[in-house]
Amino acid sequence: MTLPRHLLSAADLSRADALLVLDTAEELARLADRPIKKLPTLRGRTVVNLFFEDSTRTRTSFEVAAKRLSADVINFSAKGSSVSKGESLKDTALTLEAMGADAVVCRHSASGAPHRLANWIRGSVVNAGDGTHEHPTQALLDAYTMRSRLGRVEGLNVAIVGDVLHSRVARSNVLLLSTLGAEVTVIAPPTLLPVGVEDWPCNVSYELDSVLPKSDVVMMLRVQRERMYGGFFPTTREYSRRYGLDARRMATLPDQAIVMHPGPMNRGVEIAAEVADSVRSTIVEQVANGVSVRMAVLYLLLGGALIESAEAAA
Amino acid sequence: MKPASRSESGRPETGRPVTGDPAVARPVLDAADVGRALTRIAHEIVERNHGGADVVLLGIPTRGVTLAQRLGDRLATIETRQQAVPVGSLDVTMYRDDLRLRGVRPLEPTDIPPGGIDGKIVVLVDDVLFSGRTVRAALDALSEYGRPRAVQLAVLVDRGHRELPIRADYVGKNIPTSLTETVHVLLDATDGRDAVLLGPADLSRSQSEEATR
Repeated sequence: MTLPRHLLSAADLSRADALLVLDTAEELARLADRPIKKLPTLRGRTVVNLFFEDSTRTRTSFEVAAKRLSADVINFSAKGSSVSKGESLKDTALTLEAMGADAVVCRHSASGAPHRLANWIRGSVVNAGDGTHEHPTQALLDAYTMRSRLGRVEGLNVAIVGDVLHSRVARSNVLLLSTLGAEVTVIAPPTLLPVGVEDWPCNVSYELDSVLPKSDVVMMLRVQRERMYGGFFPTTREYSRRYGLDARRMATLPDQAIVMHPGPMNRGVEIAAEVADSVRSTIVEQVANGVSVRMAVLYLLLGGALIESAEAAA
Repeated sequence: MKPASRSESGRPETGRPVTGDPAVARPVLDAADVGRALTRIAHEIVERNHGGADVVLLGIPTRGVTLAQRLGDRLATIETRQQAVPVGSLDVTMYRDDLRLRGVRPLEPTDIPPGGIDGKIVVLVDDVLFSGRTVRAALDALSEYGRPRAVQLAVLVDRGHRELPIRADYVGKNIPTSLTETVHVLLDATDGRDAVLLGPADLSRSQSEEATR
C-alpha cells in the first residue's frame, strides 16, 4: 500500500489510500499525549514549505508535523525571497531541487502551480492550496474530524455552504468525501457556484434552510473577499441572512450534527460567534487534527523507500 | 499483499526472502507445544522477578500482542494477586532502521497500560527473534514512553542469525535455521490454530511482493 508520489488533488486518492491516511493519522494523534512529542522517522529528510500566499494555520501545521517526525524544515515565503525580485516558479523550484528537498509543500495563488512544480523536481509535492482549485490535506483533516466525532464518514450527509466558487476547500472536500461514501450537498447563491458544478459528485442547492434538518455535518466556507472583483451578492447583511449559520438555524440541525469551518472565520458573516463557540463546533479540533493528518501524509510520502530506487529494484 | 504470517523483519537489503508458503512448511511446534512453552515462560517470568508484582507485558504487533495477552492470562493463574498483570502493545514501525529499504509500512496500534512503564519491569514479547533489529527499535520506542527499571525479552521462537548484541531472556523454542528458510508462527486468535512452521523460501513470491510495496 503506497500513496501516489505527489499529493496534488483529493481525486488522486483512492478510497483505500484515503483510509490509510486517516488510520495512520489516528495512530499519530496519540503522540500528542506523550511527554516527548517526537518520532525519529524522517531524520535527515528535508521538507520545504514553499508559500507564495499568506497562511498561518496551514504553514505552521505542516511545520509542526514535519518537525514532530524529525525532518528538517525550511520555510520559504514569497515575501523576502528572490520571488519578489521576479524569479519564476521554475527557477525557484530548481533552486530548491539543488538544495535537496525531499518534499515541497506548496501554496500558490495560481490554480495548478503545484502540478507544474511536480514536473520539475524529484521530490514529492504536496498541494497546500492552489488558487481556487484544491486543498487536499484540508479535506483529509475534515474527513478525519468527522470520523473522530461521528465515528464514520460513509453515509453521512454533509452540507458545504457558502463561497463555493472561490473555495479550494469545497472542491477537495466534495471529491474526497464522495470517494469515502458521504452524501454531499453544496449550498450557495447561484453567483457563488463555479461553472460545471453540476458535474461534481454532489447535490447542489440554493436554499440552506431545507437542507439543514437532514445534515450530519455543516461545513461553512469563508467569504473570500480578497478573490472577489465583482458584485457577487448585494450586501454582506443579505448574504449573512440567507446563507449565514446563526443560532436559530443551528437549532434546526439533528442532535448529533457538527459544525465545521476551515478557518479563518468571518464571525458575523458566514457564521455567528455563538455558533462558532458552541459545543457542536469542531473548529479548534480541526486545527489539532490537521497536524496529525499532515504527519500521516508526510510519513506515507517520505517514510519508505524512494520510489525511483524501488522501481529500479523491481 | 501482507504475508500470511509475519516472520520477523524480512530484510530485502541482502536479497533474503520475506515470506514463504505455509502450505509447504513443516511443523516444528504443534498447539500443545506452543501452550507448554507459554506456560513455562510465564513461570520463568514469575520466578525471575520474585512474583512479578511490577511486571508489564508489552507485545510487539501483531503476533507479539496476542502472545503477551496469553502470557498475561497465565501469569494471573500462577500468582493469586489483587490485580491482573498490565498488558499492552508497542508499535516499533517509526523506529525501524530499514524504513528506507522498502515501501512505507502501515502503523500498528501502541497501547501503553494506564500505570505507565516508569519504574516497572517491562517484558517485551515477540513471536520470532531473528536479526534483533526489531528489538533494538522497540528499545528506542520504549525510551520515549518512560524509564522502566528493567527491560526483558520473551520470544516464542529464537531462529538465530543475530545482527546486533541482543538476546532473549525467555525463549519458547530455539530453532536453528538457515537464512533462506522462513519461520511461520500461527496463533489461534489470528490464524485459527497454534503452530510454528519451518518452510523453504519462496523467492519468486517475495520478489513480487517487494515490487508491489
